Amino acid sequence: MTTASSADHPTRRDFLFVATGAVAAVGAAATVWPLVSQMNPDASTIAAGAPIEVDLAPIAEGQDIKVFWRGKPIYISHRTKKQIDEARKVAVSSLPDPESDEQRVKAGHDQWLVVIGICTHLGCIPIAHEGAYDGFFCPCHGSVYDTSGRIRQGPAPSNLPVPPYTFVSDTKIQIG
Amino acid sequence: MSGPSDFQPTNPALKWIERRLPIMGLMHSSFVAYPTPRNLNYWWTFGAILSLMLGVQILTGVILAMHYTPHADLAFKSVELIVRDVNYGWLLRNIHASGASMFFFAVYIHMFRGLYYGSYKEPREVLWILGVIIYLLMMATGFMGYVLPWGQMSFWGATVITNLFSAVPYFGESIVTLLWGGYSIGNPTLNRFFSLHYLLPFVIAGVVVLHVWALHVAGQNNPAGVEPKTEKDTVPFTPYATMKDMFGVSCFMLFFAWFIFYMPNYLGDADNYNPANPGVTPAHIVPEWYYLPFYAILRSIPNKLAGVIAMFGAIIILAFLPWLDSAKTRSSKYRPLAKQFFWMFVVVCIGLGYLGAQPPEGIYVIVGRILTVCYFAYFLILLPLLSRIEKPRPVPNSIADDVLAKSGRKSATMASAVIALLVAGGLFAGSVQDARAEDHGASPPGQKWSFSGPFGKFDRGALQRGLKVYKEVCSSCHGLSYVAFRNLADAGGPGYSVAQAAAFASEYKIKDGPNDQGEMFERPGRPADYFPSPFPNEQAARVANGGAAPPDLSLIPKARSYKRGFPMFLIDFFTQYQEQGPDYVAALLQGYEDKAPAGFNLPEGSYYNKYFPGHAIKMPKPLNDGQVTYDDGSPATVAQYAKDVTTFLMWTAEPHMEARKQLGLQVFVFLILLTVLLYFTKKKVWANAH
Repeated sequence: MTTASSADHPTRRDFLFVATGAVAAVGAAATVWPLVSQMNPDASTIAAGAPIEVDLAPIAEGQDIKVFWRGKPIYISHRTKKQIDEARKVAVSSLPDPESDEQRVKAGHDQWLVVIGICTHLGCIPIAHEGAYDGFFCPCHGSVYDTSGRIRQGPAPSNLPVPPYTFVSDTKIQIG
Repeated sequence: MSGPSDFQPTNPALKWIERRLPIMGLMHSSFVAYPTPRNLNYWWTFGAILSLMLGVQILTGVILAMHYTPHADLAFKSVELIVRDVNYGWLLRNIHASGASMFFFAVYIHMFRGLYYGSYKEPREVLWILGVIIYLLMMATGFMGYVLPWGQMSFWGATVITNLFSAVPYFGESIVTLLWGGYSIGNPTLNRFFSLHYLLPFVIAGVVVLHVWALHVAGQNNPAGVEPKTEKDTVPFTPYATMKDMFGVSCFMLFFAWFIFYMPNYLGDADNYNPANPGVTPAHIVPEWYYLPFYAILRSIPNKLAGVIAMFGAIIILAFLPWLDSAKTRSSKYRPLAKQFFWMFVVVCIGLGYLGAQPPEGIYVIVGRILTVCYFAYFLILLPLLSRIEKPRPVPNSIADDVLAKSGRKSATMASAVIALLVAGGLFAGSVQDARAEDHGASPPGQKWSFSGPFGKFDRGALQRGLKVYKEVCSSCHGLSYVAFRNLADAGGPGYSVAQAAAFASEYKIKDGPNDQGEMFERPGRPADYFPSPFPNEQAARVANGGAAPPDLSLIPKARSYKRGFPMFLIDFFTQYQEQGPDYVAALLQGYEDKAPAGFNLPEGSYYNKYFPGHAIKMPKPLNDGQVTYDDGSPATVAQYAKDVTTFLMWTAEPHMEARKQLGLQVFVFLILLTVLLYFTKKKVWANAH
């Protein structure tokens, strides 16, 4: 790069150049951090994503509601006895994404299915109470989910995810 | 001039590309092998500094546009949310806002350098004119950018500047309506200014490419003003010019960082922290400092059209400089008369800048007219005359001779350049301070604040007590609408835990809805909620308070200021004093007097306050001794209340102040290290060039 004739102190010169280059590189890397970090959700978005409470009392058996949490639709289904039985009859090992119905609901609240209503294929919203398994049917590319929200047929690779939630009381859940 | 490059990559893949698109050869011949005069001084590094500033402004601008909302009702708030909520949003905004000032500061030095060394003379006329075009584009871009935060100064600056076009005979009104997209400045104006503010920097970048192209055709001018003749007169651009430029850039970044981290509001106007109000013009409308000389020229001329012509003429005249000054000698170093008049011209420009910030009355107008005449006389009379009568000193035979002649006294040049830069920076920067020539009452006494200075931190106790004072006293009339309950648990804030902030929030009733029945309802506050405002709308606030709506307090210590005057504003730049706002707020709260002084006519429903501008304030004395009970044993006095609530409000105005100062320290340590290393690297690289 340079033709500087400081052959007397080649090591000292090299050290200076390397040190300057290294410090400049560290500075450049540190500058990139805030420029990228600003793309993450800002503080108000994070605060707005706080847990929400949902009252289950008005949902009759066989009905379901859609609520939004962090901008995502959450299906809350009050399943009938028949639907629960259907979900539990099937051999878990035969499923594309093996998971038992018991793993997907809270013990003692077997009738309540809470899933994030976003198709695991490419993010469309499946329609409830449709499809061959009485669960969810995604109109975009034909993925079919059962009454436990598990993928049974179609291009989606995995089951509808269960959001973090807890029962505050028998008729109230907190999502998040 | 760089001929066709003989650069050939060795890597076969790069070779393949190079044969089809010789871009590496272009880069090599333009920025590596390009011969640069060996006698360039540090004034020449401002070209690199300006390239950097353009890059910084475009990068931070694109990022800010990701978070900004160009709507008249939301713009002001969205800027506040950037500063408060976006990760490093405060940093990006400070960089972009003070970056505009740094950009102009650098361009003025770059222009004065061109003026002094005759860089506009044959064969560099087109290069110079492209520079004038860039400068005009910068002014348009800077102006439109200043409108975007939609504060009081944004709004009224936009009004005044767009109204300049109404001076055009016959078509004036139509042009202004066209610019506004309405019958007055409003949302359509803001939207188009945003669009153009985003577009113009890329136009600037395009013209910069032409500017650099023209530069590389004509070759760089140099302090001696003689063209390079032999190889001995030049050095390759890399590493010589690159290292020198990088060192210059690094020094400039230190100056820049001083504003970003320690004086972010020094160059701004406190009034721009008040949201735009089409019904009230601020007492003194003043543009940003970089327009002040031209603003002074505008105001010096009593005729509207003539004033506008003079103002634009003052810029356009620069484009004719190559023909106004026909002297054969380029550099003023060898022109004894031109050199003296150049410095007088610099003083005239700074003088005009100072006057542009003063109220247009009395002596200021007269001096303004004299300096306006001087400004034009320099170009129209002096330069043409000098080129005919002046006897220049002999110029050196070659650049190499020039280098040899001055090698004895070269170490002083850099030091003097840096000093001159700092002083000029202080002066330029300082001239804007007088812009805040509000007609305030007595100057508020300076208080000692825990948060002042480069290591300042908020006093947690004061923040907590101040919150109590706000809640029990101020909140009955004043909102705090940019502050959310969750902020009470933020780092650098009052130091509450998340649970405490949630508990505090739950004491408030927040209106929410509609619910499934379509009705609005009240629920307990959550951390994500904002402090509720005491009045549903401005009209309700007005009618309940004797006609004066109590302002929202979120930003009040940044939105209020008072005149510091000369030379305090210069000293403030070095001492980092920027507590005019808190001093004023604390003084106002204690400035009530039971009886107005004899002869003062206090209007009905007003109260006398020593520090309020005009002294008649609609707010009754808000604080009395013993009114708020403190749990920590602090004295329950008005002085203590005032100090605590002002500290609290300073935090609400700038919740990330501690982060700003902390990061500033780290950046300074880093930049000083880098600058020192670059200085020695540059010295090593240049060791054999002298």
